[in-house]
Amino acid sequence: MWKTVLRRFLVMIPQLFILSIIVFALGKMMPGDPFTGLITPNIDPSAIERLREEAGLNDPIPVQYKNWMVRIFRDGDFGKSYTYKMPVTSLIGERAANTLWLSLLTLIIMYLIAVPMGIYAGRYQNSRFDKAVIVYNFISFAVPLFVFALIVLLIFGYRLGWCPTTGSVELGIEKGTLAYALSKLHYMIAPAITAAVLRTTYTVQYLRNEVIDAKNQDYVKTARSKGVPVNKIYSHHIFRNSLLPIAAFFGFQITGLLSGSVFIETIFGYSGMGELFISSICSRDYSVINALVLLFGFLTLVGSLLSDIIMSAVDPRIRIE
Amino acid sequence: MSDKNIDVKAVASEIDEKALKEANEVTSFWEIIKREFKADKTATVCLILLIIIFATVIIGSLILDQKAVMKINLRNKYLPPSKDFILGTDIGGRSIAAQLLIGGRNSILIGFAVTMFTSIIGIMVGLITGFYGGKVDNGIMRIADFVSVLPATLLIITFVVVIPQYTMWHFIFIMTIFYWVGFTRLVRSKALSENRKDYVNASRIMGTSDLKIMLTGILPNISSIIIVDLILSFAGNIGIETGLSFLGFGLPPSTPSLGTLVSYARTPGAMSDMLWLWLPASLLILVMMLCINYVGQAVRRASDAKQRLG
Repeated sequence: MWKTVLRRFLVMIPQLFILSIIVFALGKMMPGDPFTGLITPNIDPSAIERLREEAGLNDPIPVQYKNWMVRIFRDGDFGKSYTYKMPVTSLIGERAANTLWLSLLTLIIMYLIAVPMGIYAGRYQNSRFDKAVIVYNFISFAVPLFVFALIVLLIFGYRLGWCPTTGSVELGIEKGTLAYALSKLHYMIAPAITAAVLRTTYTVQYLRNEVIDAKNQDYVKTARSKGVPVNKIYSHHIFRNSLLPIAAFFGFQITGLLSGSVFIETIFGYSGMGELFISSICSRDYSVINALVLLFGFLTLVGSLLSDIIMSAVDPRIRIE
Repeated sequence: MSDKNIDVKAVASEIDEKALKEANEVTSFWEIIKREFKADKTATVCLILLIIIFATVIIGSLILDQKAVMKINLRNKYLPPSKDFILGTDIGGRSIAAQLLIGGRNSILIGFAVTMFTSIIGIMVGLITGFYGGKVDNGIMRIADFVSVLPATLLIITFVVVIPQYTMWHFIFIMTIFYWVGFTRLVRSKALSENRKDYVNASRIMGTSDLKIMLTGILPNISSIIIVDLILSFAGNIGIETGLSFLGFGLPPSTPSLGTLVSYARTPGAMSDMLWLWLPASLLILVMMLCINYVGQAVRRASDAKQRLG
């Protein structure tokens, strides 16, 4: 087990290395540098040149890459955002918490919808409920996230006024109070449900198929002939055996949530990392963009790592020697 | 009397021959698909709807003069739907209906192009890795694994911003880089399982060249799965393209897409009282997605004998 985990970690290192090179290369391809914004007709070009020299921007590319990496690892320093005039780390830190809470809530809602749906649809196969689930699944698979989010926002935000249309927390509430937490939850609930509803597809489908397959398995027949109540067979025997594909998709869910957060946060005006990414792309705030791409890439890698670890923990057959 | 006897015999043998022929003949995939669509009326409706949408969009955008449509006329700014402008106008006084046609065409063509490129790469790489296995397979699948864990949306957006003189072709190219993996994985797994079958071994023993086995042996046998995936990823690619254009980082501003039209939703006031700006494009995307996916599901059922309705 630990061997598998260790091996998976070792695979991740070159992946991270290549990712960092891609991000660095993208950063170099971007027009201008942190000092371009300072250039005015009154400033002496040699002063800018001196600043560049001091920041190491005239060094050979490999040296710059090394310095960049060293700064990130040693000091956790991603540079400074020049639209917000603050260190990138503290800027992202604020938003990262928002995104993580939103993702967590989305995951919880997603499983709350998907798990019972998949199990009941599989248990009562070909019933009316099952057919409804199939239709729901088809729609949630086909509908693009941004269109769905806009329509939700239109109906529940603007027409019915049930959810706030922009922002991540009510202004003027003191941090740390219960009212603050509740207000946050109020702002999170609509984007979370929207994202969750469209993310259920795979979980529902796999769970349903697993349950249908499991019904004819020997262990289920044995349990039934022993006299185990049907409900208990479903909740204990079948459900646990069907968890494997769900576990396998867990990392994938995180990845999907992160890339979906760009759309969800932009549409609902929720200030998280996705929204920060779009706004810093618009203002060409390169140090923030670089740090965010690196962070998202890292989180995605962690997601797939997590997926593999969970898989090998749940299913011993998958472990590599 | 004797004439009649002969007739009966002839008819009987004819029927026998027919039955024999039918038993020997494997119904082609297209026949099966046709039967499936006959059995599933919703799928037929979706297909007809799609054909109507595609035809209107492509013919309509051919008739329209793109320059005239995109000409800014501030006097007509934000007009609600009326006789002159069926779906109203946008901030520059341009007709939404005409933009819908042009944007629809662009989105469909981009989705189509990306699907073509990713599937060509996917089929080639998938066949090679699945057929040869071993080191080739290992190396290429490592790359595929890596590409699939990259944060594609963010990287595409960053590329779009970084590339100088950005055009539609750049966009197709960038999307292809990130989305060939899914197709490759599918073709590879199917090729791997075909590879173990007797007909491939037999053909190999007979000395058929590798290329010929791949293209005339394995490929036709996995074609039905490829067709299903082509349809589904066509829908997916339109979704991704419109989504990125919605954020403002898809097609260049000179080529409007359905996503660009949807992004008008983010102009102040569009949500509360100027629905005509973005709702038609959103609904068009929605209808297209649902229909393409439904047709794809019907074809998928046709490709699997256990699930067929017809």
